[in-house]
Amino acid sequence: MRTLVLPPHHYLNDGYGIKSWLLTRDHKRIALLYLAAITFFFFLGGSFAVLIRLELVTPPGDLVSDETYNKLFTMHGVIMVFFFLIPSIPSTLGNFLVPLMIGAKDLAFPKLNLASWYIYVLGGLFTIYALVTGGVDTGWTFYTPYSTVSSTTSVIPAAMGIFITGFSSILTGLNFIVTIHRMRAPGMTWFRMPLFLWSIYATSLIMVLGTPVLAITMLLVAAERVLHFGFFDPALGGDPVLFQHLFWFYSHPAVYIMVLPSMGVVSEIVAAFCRKQIFGYKFVAFASMAIAVLGFLVWGHHLYVAGESVYAAMIFSALSFMVAIPSAVKVFNWTATMYKGSISWKTPMLYAMGFIGLFTIGGLTGLFIAAVGFDVHVTDTYFIIAHFHYIMVGGALMGYLGGLHYWWPKISGRLYPESLAKLSAGIIFLGFNLTFFPQFILGYLGMPRRYHAYPPEFQVLNVLSSAGASILGVGYLIPMAYLMWSLRYGKIAGANPWGASGLEWTTTSPPPTENFAETPIVTEEPYTYPLRAEAHLG
Amino acid sequence: MAEIVHPSPALAHQFDNLEQQKEASTLGMWVFLTTEVLFFGGLFVTYCIYRLWYPAAFAAGSREMLIWAGATNTAVLITSSLTMALAVHAAQTGNRRLLMSFLIVTMLLGCVFLGIKAFEYHTEFAEHHVPGAAFEFQPQALRQNAQLFFSLYFVMTGLHALHMIIGLGLMSFMLWWAWNGTITKEYYNPIEVSGLYWHFVDIVWIFLFPLLYLIGRHV
Repeated sequence: MRTLVLPPHHYLNDGYGIKSWLLTRDHKRIALLYLAAITFFFFLGGSFAVLIRLELVTPPGDLVSDETYNKLFTMHGVIMVFFFLIPSIPSTLGNFLVPLMIGAKDLAFPKLNLASWYIYVLGGLFTIYALVTGGVDTGWTFYTPYSTVSSTTSVIPAAMGIFITGFSSILTGLNFIVTIHRMRAPGMTWFRMPLFLWSIYATSLIMVLGTPVLAITMLLVAAERVLHFGFFDPALGGDPVLFQHLFWFYSHPAVYIMVLPSMGVVSEIVAAFCRKQIFGYKFVAFASMAIAVLGFLVWGHHLYVAGESVYAAMIFSALSFMVAIPSAVKVFNWTATMYKGSISWKTPMLYAMGFIGLFTIGGLTGLFIAAVGFDVHVTDTYFIIAHFHYIMVGGALMGYLGGLHYWWPKISGRLYPESLAKLSAGIIFLGFNLTFFPQFILGYLGMPRRYHAYPPEFQVLNVLSSAGASILGVGYLIPMAYLMWSLRYGKIAGANPWGASGLEWTTTSPPPTENFAETPIVTEEPYTYPLRAEAHLG
Repeated sequence: MAEIVHPSPALAHQFDNLEQQKEASTLGMWVFLTTEVLFFGGLFVTYCIYRLWYPAAFAAGSREMLIWAGATNTAVLITSSLTMALAVHAAQTGNRRLLMSFLIVTMLLGCVFLGIKAFEYHTEFAEHHVPGAAFEFQPQALRQNAQLFFSLYFVMTGLHALHMIIGLGLMSFMLWWAWNGTITKEYYNPIEVSGLYWHFVDIVWIFLFPLLYLIGRHV
């Protein structure tokens, strides 16, 4: 067996020093800048979750005051949603992979890409400012009139943080859309694109069409709070429910910003580790687009109890059920891909399996609460919390970690320690379920969300959940540690350690700054497994 | 016979040729304008709902507008769109002097618009039509709902004016690029793309003017 060596010139050694990073226009370096920033926000947001779960170990509110607790869950939500989940896969893996997967030298607008990162950081600074000036207590949803009239906390800096970060999201989406339309290598037709790109494309559409509505909504909240203009103020004849409509017009599709990229990652991983062409490629591709479109038509299911008309609720309910169709198409196609595949249980595959299982639970419980009657029963209970954590953590985060492991050899040029990685994937899966499954039961039994105290009969399930959270926390720290370790000490990966198909595996690991020695010409369909199995280095 | 193609200095490293670069930046601007439609869209939805609920207050609020100022501004903006289109044409034909003149006229018209808008804001401020504690409105019965109208008026026209200011900044850049020779007959795409933005801001006003100034005129 030949010894693998790192290529002499790659994007990581093309210039050293802080300036070569902070002023870079290379999409791969910008992806790493994002990786550092979102990892910071992930652990910051996670630290609030730790405090929340600690408080909920005992029934009385004894660790923190009710006001502090309100701030804890608000900051957890704001940071996790806007500063981790939404940018997570698109900004890191998307940034790194979109040009590589289509055979381009960079994104269409490299300077704009760097600007997006700075905009994200600026938004993050506003949010941190809101945090150190006492935090926010409105919930991540900023419902009026509480956010505009009653709350005395740092609503404005937090709202501005979200407003600013939104533009990072818009510009990233714009960059991806233009790149995918205009920068594909010769022969890379739409239906030869990896499914990850279809997911990223669908995600970008949502970013571009949804985010500006959130931006204007946050601006109206700020104008009402600071200038005493009226938009949602009932005293002037304004309607607080209108705020909820505008907010969820973005924030429901935002869920698909989080989960669609993960679905793309899972498609890549499942095909690579089953050594089979993906089953029903076009169905999976169009399912992404269908989810993006349907996602814009279902926001009203967040307003069943907010004074929405019965007919509106019925229509939103029916449309919400329809989201299950493209979602199920994906799950069935992954399963069918695995059928009679030659499956190897590497870490990314474990995460993909975790995604499929947990996303299915999250998605099916989503059907429960799309039904108006059941939703009225569990609205604002832990059932809702459990449902969306199954989608966002069980789905989006599992996909993110799976993708990070799958492409880590490409990003760093080195392998992560496989058995330790498998162990931590198992720990995360167990910890996750122990944390959130009891919350389904708690919610069904009637424990409301956003309270720092609860009746003693809920204690056992809450202790289980907190215990699970501590396991989950350890599970997240281990990959953080060994991925950093592997940057220096990991085994050299070689160009294609998984024997995977796709243009990104044809260039060196790490890739050179210009990505490919010469522009690739694509002559074959995607996922040409098992044709390349011989090339597998084992 | 094969020609030896020298890469243009305007070609960015990530593109294969100027054609691809041009298509990419044009598409980029269209996508950006789509986000702008959604951005203003949130405001238009809010406006429509409240106008449907409070037609009398909105008509009364609209009667307080300085119609001559709004009408003049509409004419000024449409003319600036014309000069902008002529600037793009001058860039296409490589006429640098004409390009710079049209850009300067476009910017001057933009400044006239902002000047008239500032005068209007001043008048409304003096008449206590700015929402908040000092807000006054006759008849008293419509005072509360009229505040919604004026809140929307200030945010919609204010954001539009902000877009005008950004547009003027963009035009200054274009003027600089036209002056230093970055813009050529072969590479005039930045002018074209800036023109798209300018026309968009113009079109937003074409919607704002009837919604805010004209609805109460014949009631």
